[in-house]
Amino acid sequence: MTTSGFKLSREASLLVVIAAIVLLVGWRAPVFLTLRSALDVANESALLAILVAGQMVVLLTRGVDLSVASNLALTGMVCALVGRSFPSLPIAVLLLLALGVGAALGAVNGLLIALCRLPAIVVTLGTMAVYRGVAFLASNGAWVSEQDIHAGIKALPRTELLGVPLLIVIAGCVVGLVAAWLRWGQAGREVRALGNNPGAAVYVGIPERTRLLQVYALSGALAGLAGVLWVGRYAIAFSDLAAGYELTVIAACVIGGVSIAGGVGSIAGAMGGVLFLGVVNAALPVIQVSPFWQQAIAGAVILLSVALNAGSRARASLPILEKS
Amino acid sequence: MRALGTWEAMLAALILLLYAGFGFGIDGFLSPYALADSTVNVSERLIIAMAMAMLICAGEIDLSIAATMALSSLAMGLAMQAGAPLPVMLLAGVATGAICGLLNGWLVTQRGLPSIVVTIGTLSLYRGLALVLLGDQAITGYPEALSLLGNGTLGELIGVPGLVVPIEFGIALLFAVSVAVWMHCTVHGRRIYAVGSNPVAARFSGIAADRYRLGLFVFAGIAAALAGALLTGRIGSTRPNLAAGWELDAITIALLGGVAIQGGRGSMVGVLLAAMLLGAFTFALGMLNVPGIVISTILGGLLIVAMVLPKVLPGRRPRAG
Repeated sequence: MTTSGFKLSREASLLVVIAAIVLLVGWRAPVFLTLRSALDVANESALLAILVAGQMVVLLTRGVDLSVASNLALTGMVCALVGRSFPSLPIAVLLLLALGVGAALGAVNGLLIALCRLPAIVVTLGTMAVYRGVAFLASNGAWVSEQDIHAGIKALPRTELLGVPLLIVIAGCVVGLVAAWLRWGQAGREVRALGNNPGAAVYVGIPERTRLLQVYALSGALAGLAGVLWVGRYAIAFSDLAAGYELTVIAACVIGGVSIAGGVGSIAGAMGGVLFLGVVNAALPVIQVSPFWQQAIAGAVILLSVALNAGSRARASLPILEKS
Repeated sequence: MRALGTWEAMLAALILLLYAGFGFGIDGFLSPYALADSTVNVSERLIIAMAMAMLICAGEIDLSIAATMALSSLAMGLAMQAGAPLPVMLLAGVATGAICGLLNGWLVTQRGLPSIVVTIGTLSLYRGLALVLLGDQAITGYPEALSLLGNGTLGELIGVPGLVVPIEFGIALLFAVSVAVWMHCTVHGRRIYAVGSNPVAARFSGIAADRYRLGLFVFAGIAAALAGALLTGRIGSTRPNLAAGWELDAITIALLGGVAIQGGRGSMVGVLLAAMLLGAFTFALGMLNVPGIVISTILGGLLIVAMVLPKVLPGRRPRAG
């Protein structure tokens, strides 16, 4: 890969942009530069970071997982229902349950994509609808409201570890583990190779189906984890939980320089994308811009970052006629 | 790439089965009024699904199509508030749709960006602009004529009392049939399939691939404006979340209709039939008081089954590439 220099500068430039926004907003409203507000941004971004870590690995294989938000809703609902029925269950069991249910739902995607050779976008579009519907059926359409949420789940976002909120610790661990896996794990390296050139990857003996299955299961497990944390954070579970959030997750990846075409992207860049969205969302109310601007800004930034990406890639030698 | 094949025959049979089954099962399902009602939900979706199917056949996709509907509906609303008559309002909507499509097409063809990423971006951008301009408000008070367009029947329009076919459905059907004829019976349509199945070969054989792509994106924007105008007329208001999530419905209809997501393959007749099937299905389940989210769950399951079946059943549809 000859592009490592460019990638580094890209991540650095994203950081510069984020720093510029922080300083500009901080100049208008000094309250934005306090540690408290930094923790707020990190806390808000923690769930997104967990989902983005999983989605990025999927994008590396030239796939996409549109079902993450529905998986989040279904797993969150399952955990809320189980927690309601068995209030004495230790929280560790519920966390394992979330990882397990999420991974199983992700593995369904993986099976359909790897074994039946179906396009990921279609499969996850379908399971996106199915998982959310099952979440509705699981609760008969009812909400699990605050007083019925398992005390352990509700305590999660309020717990602190050495002064750092637990959500940030969990997100940090997840992101660190995924980064290490991609960097040093054999399977992780193979995943990137698979996205770079699937044909060549199969020739050198990379087990394509196994890796795809693992990748979707991982994305599902992380979505499940995010689900139980989401339920704890907002102290409610209903079938429309995080509806439409899959696009925010993909947006963060794209802003962070992860290529939809596979093979290209770093966890640092993806986290830059998460941080960018978090900072913009936190900054808008501070400088008294209507929060309605959030979505439009995110869209404009996505377009800008893919345009910049493509500009850098055009320098590499591509066939004259090929476009993508 | 025939317009009529096994898949289309199966869809047609399913539609008949559905109407027959629900006709026996639900009282009044086969009355003319119920039949007319069963097309209402699907008319606007049919329009954007046809445009989506064309794009998918050309190897592209437009996830911003529903956001474009919202933005062009907003343009109509703003034009009305500025005191414009109905034709000018419609023109404003269509122009907005065309500009949205043009931006997508320009980014895809001139900047060489993948359409899925571009339209995820413009989905956020267009929907976001609608939010910025409208906030949590709604625009209401549309003229009577627009409401007639969305709610009236062809019978009311031409003065035949028994004709209960909704105007909306007439427009959508005309639109769909024109698209099908254009895609299957003209050289332009064939070229779109060629671009989708092998862009490089198509370019080498002298097809102005980028011009077709750009044109298709603009067309999708205009189709979104048309669907947006009909929907606005039907529900009588513009909100920022108008048609939220419909891009996925459109893709589902196109794929259920047998369009290959890889591009280059798919019949427009199949898409039309798939839309009719979903319309009847949704309406029947609605009559049975099945909640909307359950219906979309079943549709999601159907989509997957429709994809898996050809792979599992032996001896069907040998893979071309």
